[in-house]
Amino acid sequence: MLTLAGIAIIAIGFVAGFNPLLVVTVAAVLTGLAAGLSLHDVISALGKAFNDNRYVSMVWLVLPVIGLLERAGLQDRARALINRLANATTGRLLIAYFFLRQMAAALGLTSLGGQAQMVRPLIAPMAEAASEARFGPLPEPVRHQIRAHAAATDNIALFFGEDIFIAMASILLIRGFLAGYGIEVEPFALSVWAIPTAVVALLVHGVRLWHLDRHMARTMQAVNP
Amino acid sequence: MITLSYVYLLGGALFAAVAILSGLDPSNPKRARTTAFWGLMAMSLLLGDRISDFGNGLIVLAMALLAGTGGLGKGTLTPEAEADRQAFRQDRGARIGNWLLAPALIVPATALTGTLLLKDLMVGGVHLVDPKQATLISMAFGVLLALAVALPLIRTTPLVPLQEARRLLDTVGWSAILPQALAALGAVFALAGVGKVIGDLTTTYIPAHSPLAAAALYCCGMAGFTILMGNAFAAFPIMTAGIGLPLMVMQFGGNPAVVCAIGMLSGFCGTLMTPMAANFNLVPAALLELPDRYSVIKVQAPTALILLAANIVLMTLFAFKV
Repeated sequence: MLTLAGIAIIAIGFVAGFNPLLVVTVAAVLTGLAAGLSLHDVISALGKAFNDNRYVSMVWLVLPVIGLLERAGLQDRARALINRLANATTGRLLIAYFFLRQMAAALGLTSLGGQAQMVRPLIAPMAEAASEARFGPLPEPVRHQIRAHAAATDNIALFFGEDIFIAMASILLIRGFLAGYGIEVEPFALSVWAIPTAVVALLVHGVRLWHLDRHMARTMQAVNP
Repeated sequence: MITLSYVYLLGGALFAAVAILSGLDPSNPKRARTTAFWGLMAMSLLLGDRISDFGNGLIVLAMALLAGTGGLGKGTLTPEAEADRQAFRQDRGARIGNWLLAPALIVPATALTGTLLLKDLMVGGVHLVDPKQATLISMAFGVLLALAVALPLIRTTPLVPLQEARRLLDTVGWSAILPQALAALGAVFALAGVGKVIGDLTTTYIPAHSPLAAAALYCCGMAGFTILMGNAFAAFPIMTAGIGLPLMVMQFGGNPAVVCAIGMLSGFCGTLMTPMAANFNLVPAALLELPDRYSVIKVQAPTALILLAANIVLMTLFAFKV
């Protein structure tokens, strides 16, 4: 039971608003100590795991490109592009992006998209511009809400698209796990059962984004009557 | 063979440049700490395989302490610098137009083609790139390609992309390495057997007497456990061995493919609702400069909860039909 101390620290630390990086590190050290490792071994285990997972941080390699293009006005370009579409709204734009992102992920093309590559430089400014064109200058909280929706759209479309592709890591994990219990399943049999949830995700989130447009219209009516 | 170690060299060089530029930034109120933080990250990327595990562990502890006690600083722009940037944007915007979008698409396009083409490319009997890491290596190549195209297009010096990367990392701050730290935490959890303890607790104390109750227990268990661990892959083996297989498949005769596929997707519902999945939930909030760290999670939660309920229904409907 003492091994659960780490989880308790995470929960308390996140809720109390301590620095998450510090909370996570303290939780890792205490979990290792609770499992009976010496302090030296815990720090070594943490260091080895951190070193083995360096690829996770390689997403930041894209920052010089994004930064350079933003410096030259990439976000302005993205906005201008949206302003040429007369019928563009934040909700419609994000529904279109959801659909494309989900379809691409279902074909295994998960690298088309992403928070640093797509959402920050292109999708979020486009989503803001679509509402700006309709309602005029947006108050900061509305701007922030639109950006959060842009990030959420990317995540949800990715999660409920990628499992339709038969070579995705999660499909391979499920097959390997079941094989360990002597149950053989074809990758296709697994991926096909990701489709119903994918359809529900598109419908549910699509309705929410459509609703976002109406919510925006009401909010902005109150701001600029 | 081109392996990830080359990508790490590139990453190490980037973080080293960011550390130096932060140190030279007079507008950053915490220059020394910021330089130390990114310098440690550069050290981990450049030397991580040469120093001991304990040494790497000390790097993690030092970074956590720098972030947790006082934090990192952030550069600001003077009004003149802001005006300069505005003028630069307008000038380049007028000259380049929509061609500016092209380099932005080079990175994903290269990652994609590289993954498809390089995976099986053999030169002299060995793989040209490590097939398991083809996407990441192709992405790194795409970054270099995009810079090679964008720098002449925009007509500026190579120092500009590094300065801009520094500015963006100032915005993201310490949360840039949170996903990697959480992955390391997951490994320590696995070492300590945390998953097994939780799995045992869940399965010992919560009974399920009907297929619907078992489906609800399994799906909610997947989501809840993913919220704790930050990763559906960590939750899957434990919850499926504890609930999915014994209850849904053995006891009620459900189809294992349906049970596992929808079970995994229930885990993804959990991923949408947890700060532990920092790369999806907290990092975007920092990247998009949102004041509330949890605003992306708050937007995602309603969809995640509806989908979790839908998964329980879908599993009950389909697991016993096929």
